[in-house]
Amino acid sequence: MKDTDIKRLLYTHLLCIFSIILSIFIPSFFLENFSILETHLTWLCICSVFVTAVNLVLYLVVKPNASSKRSSLSYKVARFLKCCIYFLMSCFFFHVIFVLYGAPLIELVLETFLFAVTLSTFTTVPCLCLLGPNIKAWLRVFSRNGVTSIWENSLQITTISSFIGTWLGAFPIPLDWERPWQVWPISC
Amino acid sequence: MLDCCARTGEEKETRALHAASAGRRVVFMGDDTWKDLFPGAFSQAFFFPSFNVRDLHTVDNGILEHLYPTMDSGKWDMLIAHFLGVDHCGHKYGPHHPEMAKKLSQMDQVIQGLVERLENDTLLVVIGDHGMTMTGDHGGDSELEISAALFLYSPKALFPGAPPEEPEIVPQISLVPTLALLLGLPIPFGNIGEVMAELFSEVEDAQPHSSALAQASALHLNAQQVSRFLHAYSAASQDLQITELHRLQNLFSNASADYQRLLQSPQGAEAALQTVITELQQFLRGVRALCIQSWARFSLGRMAGGAALMAAACFLCLLVSQWVTSPGFCFRPFLLIPMACGLAGTIVCAGLLTTTGLKLDPVVLGAVAAVGSLLPFLWKAWAGWGSKRPLAALLPIPGPVLLFLLIRFAAFFSDSFVVAEARATPFLLGSLILLLIAQLHWEGKLLPPKLLTMPRLCFPASTGPPRHSGTYALGLGVGLLLCIRLAGLFHRCPEETPACRSSPWLSPLASMVGGRAKNLWYGACVGALVALLAVVRLWLRRYSNLKSPEPSVLFVRWGLPLMVLGTAAYWALASGADEAPPRLRALVAGASVVLPRAVAVLAASGLMLLLWRPVTVLVKATTGAPRTRTVLTPFSGPPTSQADLDYVVPQIYRHMQEEFRGRLERTRSRGPLTVAAYQLGSVYSAAMVTALTLLAFPLLLLHAERVSLVFLLLFLQSFLLLHLLAAGIPITTPGPFTVPWQAVSAWALMATQTFYSMGHQPVFPAIHWHAAFVGFPEGHGSSTWLPALLVGANTFASHLLFAVGCPLLLLWPFLCESQGPRKRWQSLGNEAEARVRPEEEEEPLMEMRLRDAPHHFNAALLQLGLKYLFVLGIQILACALAASILRRHLMVWKVFAPKFIFEAVGFIVSSVGLFLGIALVMRVDGAVSSWFRQLVLAQQR
Repeated sequence: MKDTDIKRLLYTHLLCIFSIILSIFIPSFFLENFSILETHLTWLCICSVFVTAVNLVLYLVVKPNASSKRSSLSYKVARFLKCCIYFLMSCFFFHVIFVLYGAPLIELVLETFLFAVTLSTFTTVPCLCLLGPNIKAWLRVFSRNGVTSIWENSLQITTISSFIGTWLGAFPIPLDWERPWQVWPISC
Repeated sequence: MLDCCARTGEEKETRALHAASAGRRVVFMGDDTWKDLFPGAFSQAFFFPSFNVRDLHTVDNGILEHLYPTMDSGKWDMLIAHFLGVDHCGHKYGPHHPEMAKKLSQMDQVIQGLVERLENDTLLVVIGDHGMTMTGDHGGDSELEISAALFLYSPKALFPGAPPEEPEIVPQISLVPTLALLLGLPIPFGNIGEVMAELFSEVEDAQPHSSALAQASALHLNAQQVSRFLHAYSAASQDLQITELHRLQNLFSNASADYQRLLQSPQGAEAALQTVITELQQFLRGVRALCIQSWARFSLGRMAGGAALMAAACFLCLLVSQWVTSPGFCFRPFLLIPMACGLAGTIVCAGLLTTTGLKLDPVVLGAVAAVGSLLPFLWKAWAGWGSKRPLAALLPIPGPVLLFLLIRFAAFFSDSFVVAEARATPFLLGSLILLLIAQLHWEGKLLPPKLLTMPRLCFPASTGPPRHSGTYALGLGVGLLLCIRLAGLFHRCPEETPACRSSPWLSPLASMVGGRAKNLWYGACVGALVALLAVVRLWLRRYSNLKSPEPSVLFVRWGLPLMVLGTAAYWALASGADEAPPRLRALVAGASVVLPRAVAVLAASGLMLLLWRPVTVLVKATTGAPRTRTVLTPFSGPPTSQADLDYVVPQIYRHMQEEFRGRLERTRSRGPLTVAAYQLGSVYSAAMVTALTLLAFPLLLLHAERVSLVFLLLFLQSFLLLHLLAAGIPITTPGPFTVPWQAVSAWALMATQTFYSMGHQPVFPAIHWHAAFVGFPEGHGSSTWLPALLVGANTFASHLLFAVGCPLLLLWPFLCESQGPRKRWQSLGNEAEARVRPEEEEEPLMEMRLRDAPHHFNAALLQLGLKYLFVLGIQILACALAASILRRHLMVWKVFAPKFIFEAVGFIVSSVGLFLGIALVMRVDGAVSSWFRQLVLAQQR
């Protein structure tokens, strides 16, 4: 049981990484002048769409905790809508946090928001897939000794790593190297 | 005859002195600084007071009154007119103000008038000795500050051809040799400037090469003087590069020989003359480059020694701060005796020195004292330490905080990060705050109580039930982030980032154009003042320290509003002084002298009162029936808002009384001991908050009006931070009290962040010089320490406030205890009725817990101070290391060295503030003790 879980976990993570790599290369076939540095807004959109899609597909295929007792359609739709609302809320929440951390308030609003969306896809979407729209479960997972399964463990690690990576990404911005990737929010 | 109309001047001293010694008639008018610089150098002089930066017109109008008559009288060889209005106008209003336009057009008219009156043999030199930044200040080395205009005019044609399109840049030191030669005087010995060769061309002569010959002879004179200087200098000191020196000497001898040969045969080609000129210029420039390179020299040994000393001090701070709370520590052998040893050793040393007549640096004496006190301490420490504990216990800083300190340490080594520190510090502070919340959550202190009962969550026993709900902590954190972000709006840009725009809110209201916006801003500033006052009073009322008849409390009630009133009135006068009707001018001027001084005197007297009677406790003897101490009954006497204090306070009293009973060894009958003492639980922090407010008001007065909003934010965010930190600090009732590292580092970070949001930058041009004129609009005369004190207080206001407030970090968790149990009691509700009883029995002693264990209290205070010093010491160590390692870096004089100086002065201010804060707590402690003693004695009578 545990071995199969670990195997599936490995495959899902490989798929996620693969989807991010794909999101870098595929658009250049369809769009002209595409590069991560110059058209980073487009890339942010595409990347978040890819990651969301992969996460959803994986969730539907793997179903780590397929134990929903009620399976009526209305319940599913309500759950889905709730997930969407949670996702949007998390996007706005991250946006506010970025601004509080020093992102410009009025200029570059689109950049900041798209970056918030991307961060949400890396953190909120897996949470929604795995735990559902259930804040209490989230709080439980992200506290000491709160993890019950290997899936939750991986979720904890990936989410916290995403936050830390984002945080670390802010460090090169003030350096005076004058590189194109030092623009907010590429390095994050 | 030569006319030198200098706008401002610093390095013209040599010129003026030489001209005077050669019997020239030098007339001076303008800035009276020249009087002290060159006493008796002028044949005629008109001095005008110059120190008052706000006065734009006295000097200029005085000059204009005398300039033209003196020029027309013709009794002069050199006339110096030092106008000061443009400089003062820049300081007061900045370069983009209508006043500046007026001043500049006045100067234009002056120059036009001079040009019209010039005779053929007169040279007009208009120079400025510096430019100004975008804010109108100067003193740094930005491009805008160090470039100034140079305008030369003579009715006779000066230059052979048309003037160049792009004006040439002339180093300022070139003025000295040029003007000296033009005046027919020898070039001063120490000069390394290069004459402006163009000025020595003979335009009128028909011969083509005579102009070149004149230039070559001027340059040769100059080069001879520089060569003499170089020779004398290299003989006296060995710090010039030998190879380069030889090269330059060869160059000069070659050029000199060529020049002599050309003089012998004046028919020489034009080209030969040009090569001589180029060679001489190369020589002069080479000497300048050589000198500039070698005069910036560093003493590596002293640098390494200083850095090692600082590192050792930091390490000692860390060591002692860990050690203080360990059980085997006692003050007398470890701290007092080494101190006494050091002092005694120093006194003996000083005595020996004075008797033997040897002269020794006081720094060395201080070092002897330090070493003398350190050696016994280390010896004791070594003996006491033994092999009982491993050294690993010395690194108690938790991982994330260590990471933060490391990041902060490393950031000082990058000029980009030092420049961007104003933005990086709020970022780090925000990260630390969110980390604190996340940590609280992670350790389960924020979970709702229902989850606690879940069997799979096995918490360690020490954490106990949550003291705060998650939303509460999150709200605190978001409020803090919001405050920090808002304070970041008051941001002054460093000059290295041209894209950044400084906040317009940092300029004083007087420089605003437009009445409506000015009035609105004035209203906002006064609103901030009133809000600050209201917040402080609300806090004191909340912990009910506002009802005592003690003088310091009365001062808080009546003196603080008076101070607010005085400050508001002063701002009104300062911002609208130019619009006052003429007959009120004298009144306005008088009031703007009196009001700030009155506020400062009020604050000082308030602090004195606080020191005199620091115990703000309301004692109320009830006339009810005598009660036994064991029975707990609610009081109905005084109208206090906090119901729980009613039955809590007698407990406190009883507790204290028992303690003192035992100490005084009096066994009296249990008589009518019904004395209620209120606000005992917050007696320390009430004194601290009062002192901080009293300190903040005069500091606020030194800043521009709109910075008062930052002061309000400062109080709010430190309040929020203290609450948030208190949520994470467990109260260990009898045991040693500690303040965790994250609290201390967050406090230090916040001090830095506030430094920036008050509109400061660690560079010299950004210093708010106008603070020296608050309360002294006429200047200070010759005293220098008072303006230095005022400017220093303005610059390091945040360092001072946060350092004085540092003991609050220790006191606040005890303060928050008063709400903790009650909250828990309410949240438990009906379902746990049985558990209410033990809750009620528990006494929120608040800060009296500290008095229960005086030894631990002292140790905790010492530890807190040492931890704060360690965090600050790490910063200054990083700055010093950065400035010394990167001493050849391009940015060392622009970024690292000023940063180090600011950090060092800030460290000194912080240390003094920390000392004062701890001393205040000790004073309150002593007063509380004597108060108890009096009370017990009074009761037993």
